[in-house]
Amino acid sequence: MARPKAAFFDFSCCEGCQLQIANFGESLLDILNVIEVVEFREIMSEKYDGTLDVAIIEGSINTPRAVERIKAIRARSKTLVAIGACATTGGVNGIKNVFPLDEIAGYVYGGNFRDYETIQTMAVHQVVRVDYFVHGCPIYPPEFVAVLKALLMAIPYDVPDYPVCVECKLNGNVCMYDRGVSCLGPVTRAGCNSWCINNDNICYGCRGMVSNPNETGAIDVIKQYGLSIERIVNKLEMYNKCRELNPHG
Amino acid sequence: MGENIKINIQHLTRVEGHGNIVVDLKDGAIIKCNLEIVEAPRFFEGMLRGRSIFEAQHLTSRICGICACGHTLASIQAAEDALGLTPSDQTIKLRKLLLHMELLDSHILHIYLLALPDLLGVRSFMPLIATHNDVVRRALRLKKACNDVCNILVGRHVHPIRATIGGFTKLPSENDLDTMLNNLSNLHEDLDETVELISKLQFPQFQRDSQYVALVSDDGEYPLLSGDVGSTRGVRINKSEYKKITNEYMVPHSSAKFTNLNGEPYAVGALARLNMNCRKLHSKAVEAAKKLNLSNGGNNPFLNTAAQTVECVHCLNDAIGILEALKTSGIDYKEEILVGANETSAIAVKAGRGVGAVEVPRGVLFHAYEIDEEGRILNADIIVPTSQNIANIEGDMRAIIPGIKHKSEEEITLALEMLVRAYDPCISCSAHFLDVRFVD
Ligand code: SF4
Ligand code: SF4
Ligand code: SF4
Repeated sequence: MARPKAAFFDFSCCEGCQLQIANFGESLLDILNVIEVVEFREIMSEKYDGTLDVAIIEGSINTPRAVERIKAIRARSKTLVAIGACATTGGVNGIKNVFPLDEIAGYVYGGNFRDYETIQTMAVHQVVRVDYFVHGCPIYPPEFVAVLKALLMAIPYDVPDYPVCVECKLNGNVCMYDRGVSCLGPVTRAGCNSWCINNDNICYGCRGMVSNPNETGAIDVIKQYGLSIERIVNKLEMYNKCRELNPHG
Repeated sequence: MGENIKINIQHLTRVEGHGNIVVDLKDGAIIKCNLEIVEAPRFFEGMLRGRSIFEAQHLTSRICGICACGHTLASIQAAEDALGLTPSDQTIKLRKLLLHMELLDSHILHIYLLALPDLLGVRSFMPLIATHNDVVRRALRLKKACNDVCNILVGRHVHPIRATIGGFTKLPSENDLDTMLNNLSNLHEDLDETVELISKLQFPQFQRDSQYVALVSDDGEYPLLSGDVGSTRGVRINKSEYKKITNEYMVPHSSAKFTNLNGEPYAVGALARLNMNCRKLHSKAVEAAKKLNLSNGGNNPFLNTAAQTVECVHCLNDAIGILEALKTSGIDYKEEILVGANETSAIAVKAGRGVGAVEVPRGVLFHAYEIDEEGRILNADIIVPTSQNIANIEGDMRAIIPGIKHKSEEEITLALEMLVRAYDPCISCSAHFLDVRFVD
């Protein structure tokens, strides 16, 4: 069987998620044995404009040009995978949406922002259909491999819809609330093996929110510890601002 | 091609981020010679306003995946400067180790995956998997080792988790120190072979008397995480006055701000650092520099890739030295800090202004923040190496064109692409605040 043709495309992002893949080391060569990478601008000069079996998308959509580009990629791709928070939730790029567009452009651009073309930051699925999601900022490599396997077998990959706390407890961490600081673990979807808390930091919510935070008891936890909801909401803006554009996203 | 040349390279490949090269030569005169930054806007400085200074590291790390640790360190340095916090010796050692890993990792990526294909006459590293399998494997092995060390030291390389204002949330165990030391000690041979490989390559011959800027200091250490800012034209100023160096200005064809010092563009990066500080390199790196004809630095921008190779040797050996020293002194775990958004008020907050200046893989990086008495960010200013290099790259392009204009379009294109790639531009970084119009 011919290896499926795959291409990587980057939109507005830090390119850290593709680096996570480059950091697989020599096992990257094993991945390249199962898929044929035909385009990857960051590391290849080769170009390909035929039909793709797999398009792997990194980054958020935030210019009219990007909207056109992602639509064209979707049209020639059988399967589309969004990798990283920028692509799956809008990620930190969404913070821009907190500010009125011309105000923020004016701040960074001085008097020259008139020619500036920008639109609100959007996650990829807010523009085109996405078949697989790999959440996180950056992506968690074992999950990327799991998604790749599912994709090659043409079966769906179910993103965990329970909070990071579940993984965190299994890992035996002392809860950050017990240490006096707030953590977004209770409202954030698991799948990263509670990466940040294992390193004695808090969860910043980079994988996006579980679909029904009220039912998971998150708000109860926050109240139980007497923490300020305002502070939590402010922190949630770091990765979850784009949700407001599309409450079902 | 001759006296009339039109070159328009859209979305330059094998660089970080999106950039175009546009050259227009009419009757031998250069009408246009631009490196355009066309990366989509991300507005980091704008986004930081109103957020807690304790979130600045987390957010600014996301400017760039490749130099995530560099942005982290510059951000923390600026924040600590604003808060009036002095890091401990142990923290400084661990931060230096982290910075060494960043330089090594990023240089390896550039040398092997981005620059080497040009020097071997192929379009990417993909064909090298078949023709130079051992070389590709070595590159991936080196990268993986840096990544493994970062996983231990800060949780992960792309967007470090443990490095924060005040120090580290979690410190490496004794066992961790041994593992890191072991990982790094295994790399000597691979790096020797890297030096050997680079020494055999033919770099294009081209010289230009550019001004070079890097951190400088009076002690014997190759300055990466501290020092003043100096230039090869004799300028030296404190980092708090970084704006006197960068003098940012805008041009219509690009989104990145341009910089100049005393009315002249300047270059930053590995070659600039070698030009300013080569006598302070680790002795093993001095040997490598000799082998690569860079004992006194040089002014052929194509050799930036070779200068990165020299720095790889320096960073590896110095990192091993740091780890050995930490093993001897032992780690003081009382220094572990719990920060989050500083809800426990572990760190005293006051209004202030602070600047961070750190040598990241592509050159000196500045972060500057102004905060209010509650630690909220009022203003943020970030000047990345690539923004500082663009004016100099265009200067090089202008200087190189007369010597190559008789060649075929393909050859001219390749020469210009190679020149730009030699600077290892990080366009994701330089577009952290602006977008450009496409020039048609
Ligand atoms: S999700 Fe995070 S790591 Fe990935 S590209 Fe976006 S900012 Fe970078
Ligand atoms: S709140 Fe945070 S620290 Fe506590 S269990 Fe949940 S994820 Fe872990
Ligand atoms: S712990 Fe939270 S912030 Fe950290 S990787 Fe997991 S979801 Fe993201």
